Amino acid sequence: MSEDRQKRMALIAAQGTLDWAYPPFILASTAAALDMEVTVFFTFYGLTLLKKDISAQVSPHTNPAMPMKMPFGPQGFQNISWPIPNIISGNVPGFDSFATHLMKKTFAKKGVATITELRDLCIDSGVRLIACQMTMDVFGFTKDDFIDGIDFGGAATFLEFAAESDINLFV
Amino acid sequence: MSEFSVDKELDCRGMNCPLPVLKTKKSIVEMDSGQILKVISTDPGSIADMAAFSRRTGNELLEQSEADGEYIFFFKKS
Repeated sequence: MSEDRQKRMALIAAQGTLDWAYPPFILASTAAALDMEVTVFFTFYGLTLLKKDISAQVSPHTNPAMPMKMPFGPQGFQNISWPIPNIISGNVPGFDSFATHLMKKTFAKKGVATITELRDLCIDSGVRLIACQMTMDVFGFTKDDFIDGIDFGGAATFLEFAAESDINLFV
Repeated sequence: MSEFSVDKELDCRGMNCPLPVLKTKKSIVEMDSGQILKVISTDPGSIADMAAFSRRTGNELLEQSEADGEYIFFFKKS
């Protein structure tokens, strides 16, 4: 390698739904595997991704581009993308839980890692995870709600690292 | 396909991005310099990913091939 110093990636994770949980952990773990120094700052809804129990859900109602396919049955049936009218996706109780369950099942079938697995891989490979102190206060979370091995800080903490980073992303 | 004396084999069949690259990194870190790692994957994205991994980390990709939907990579630890 002809690099003078190690590449750095700084990432802000501000979303807490299941579909938005994947990008930060996939990018962070892969960047670390490519020998980059990585820091991820979890703020607003993204802070929930550092909890001991991640209960992230996905909401098709607010994601009209999501293909709604069933991960079971004959292949022809699985290929069907079901149009779900808003009156169902926005009004039927438990629809989000149902959609979340199907998404998790689809991902498991396709051999994609779970969020928890990806988070563990990040920690194992030295990715620095920072929890936004302000969000913690605002949402009434305490340190006990979160996993071990994370730091706590604010915008300045993140920006100090981001100023020296090659890749800066906001998710 | 040329014959290498493989020191470690990693089966990533059925795994999807980013697991093949993550597992490859984890395996290669535990090996000595000069040793050869064979990785088998079924993820079509791994063709580009493994090449990028090789360029980024300096672990030489000696050979890659495909057979029956499986992708085989031979890395030499730097």
